[in-house]
Amino acid sequence: MQTLSKVWLFCALLLISSVASANLTIEITRGSDQALPIGVVPFDGGEGLPEDIAQIVQDDLERSGMFAPLARNAMFERPSQASDVQFGTWRSLDVRYLVVGRAQQTGNGYELQFELMDISGQSRMIGETVTVSGNDLRGAAHYISDQVFEAITDIRGAFSTKIAYVTAQGVGDNMQFGLYVADADGQRSQQVLTSDQPIMSPAWSPDGRKLAYVSFETERPAIYIQDVSTGQRVQATSFEGINGAPAWSPDGRKLAMSLSKDGQPDIYVLDIGSRSLDRVTQSNSIDTEPTWSPDGRSLIFTSDRSGGPQIYRTPVGGGSADRLTYTGNYNARARFSPEGDELFLIHQSGRGYQVARQELDGGRLVVISETTRDESPSVAPNGTMVIFATQQGGSGFLSAVSADGRSSFRLPAAQGEVRDPAWSPFLN
Amino acid sequence: MQLKPLVRSLAVALSVLAVAGCSSTGGTQDGDAYGSQSGSTAGTGTGSGVGTSGTGQYGSTSGGGAGQQADSRIPEVRTIYFDYDRDSIKGEYESVVMAHARYLQSNPNARVTLQGHTDERGTREYNMALGERRARAVQRFLNIQGVSPSQMSVVSYGEERPAVNGQGESAYSQNRRVVFSY
Repeated sequence: MQTLSKVWLFCALLLISSVASANLTIEITRGSDQALPIGVVPFDGGEGLPEDIAQIVQDDLERSGMFAPLARNAMFERPSQASDVQFGTWRSLDVRYLVVGRAQQTGNGYELQFELMDISGQSRMIGETVTVSGNDLRGAAHYISDQVFEAITDIRGAFSTKIAYVTAQGVGDNMQFGLYVADADGQRSQQVLTSDQPIMSPAWSPDGRKLAYVSFETERPAIYIQDVSTGQRVQATSFEGINGAPAWSPDGRKLAMSLSKDGQPDIYVLDIGSRSLDRVTQSNSIDTEPTWSPDGRSLIFTSDRSGGPQIYRTPVGGGSADRLTYTGNYNARARFSPEGDELFLIHQSGRGYQVARQELDGGRLVVISETTRDESPSVAPNGTMVIFATQQGGSGFLSAVSADGRSSFRLPAAQGEVRDPAWSPFLN
Repeated sequence: MQLKPLVRSLAVALSVLAVAGCSSTGGTQDGDAYGSQSGSTAGTGTGSGVGTSGTGQYGSTSGGGAGQQADSRIPEVRTIYFDYDRDSIKGEYESVVMAHARYLQSNPNARVTLQGHTDERGTREYNMALGERRARAVQRFLNIQGVSPSQMSVVSYGEERPAVNGQGESAYSQNRRVVFSY
């Protein structure tokens, strides 16, 4: 308990809460030719609100790559409820879906009403009244985006999720690192940790409440687990050598990780509650970057046991490892699709290091990013997008690409380098 | 926080390299050692890149560099550089590592942390492991020279602390390094 209280004190010194200075902005870099045309009409009564609800919804839908929103200045009618919608008007604008709504202030917040119209089917698909307590209008807008997205695509929306990421500025011994959490659109960033020593590999717990990460704040790597909302944290491991690449088990009880305390880095599993540690791999090669299969029964990881890095799979209880990737000389840092049938990983192609997708059962590997200095792919909980870190023109920023490679956007930061993104699980 | 000595050692290392690159006739013994090797960076480091390569070769290179009295001071060159995807110590840096070996043996209370670094290419955690390989290669070399394991520790920073920002081989080659931190 003594060491624990020391950790809390250390924490209090390190944490600076809610410094919202590292917001990321969105730039759509590639739109899909299969995107569905949709209109999101500015909400009636929304003029005086601190947030533009319809704009947030429109941006969310566009970012998904599945929708092509109609420009506002092309809307010569602005209905706010289903009964006012003239289907012919919107059909002439080639719009297939239309979102309309109203907003009004209440005693302790806001009330938003929205409806989704199917223009070609001339019908109302869904509608809902959303009560907003306090000023969480952005959260309410992302909720509306989720409902609209799911009603049209049958895929659960992931607009109300968050991303964690690491920022870095400076060079050599004079560097500053930050760990941030922001909305999935890069807004409302909050500082989780700041340090003049490296911070790496943030990983969300399956309930979306905690982050595990690697911090060098003791001048060597250690794995910490931190509650995102309270800032409380504990040091999970601090073995000699590498303490790296933490990955939560699907039930949230264990962390897989890479430790080099017994020689070359191997994969271990830590039971968080009991602190017992099981060794999963025993090789004379580098074994790192583990992640759990969605069923929690196997781990995949990067290993250079065959020469260069490739992806392997092994049962959690230990046993022989099967090689999963054979295309090219460098495949690393794989992540599962939510269904567990595909991998997203970093592949060294003729052009550089790129994000690629591979079906798990012997499927061919397909490069889906256009950038060539890519790292750290992380899959949205609905499997539609992959966020990753990349570099272009000397600056490091986050980018995202749809799982099919058709559309992409980037999230540059105002200053410094952004890296190591981790997409949260569903939070609602 | 040993920031200043590190910066200084890096600066020294870079200036020595610069001197060597200009094939200056130099003054110090260390400088001469570098001068004689300048222009031969390609072609070294042909080892397997993994682990135990070439220990016999290291053992045979003795002497050279500073004399006895210098062993009371921490050697000034505290950074050595590596070829891409290699952890073998290049011939031009053996005298540097030997000087540290002599210093550590002459000063049993001295402790060194060997900090391994990589360039930015490839994934971060995999690079952590590659950086550790480099630092451990130096640790093994020092151990073979008779340095006590208790005097040495290893920490890898992977690609997290580049000495130089930027893309291209000139930046990458300055980032693939092991730093002797006392």
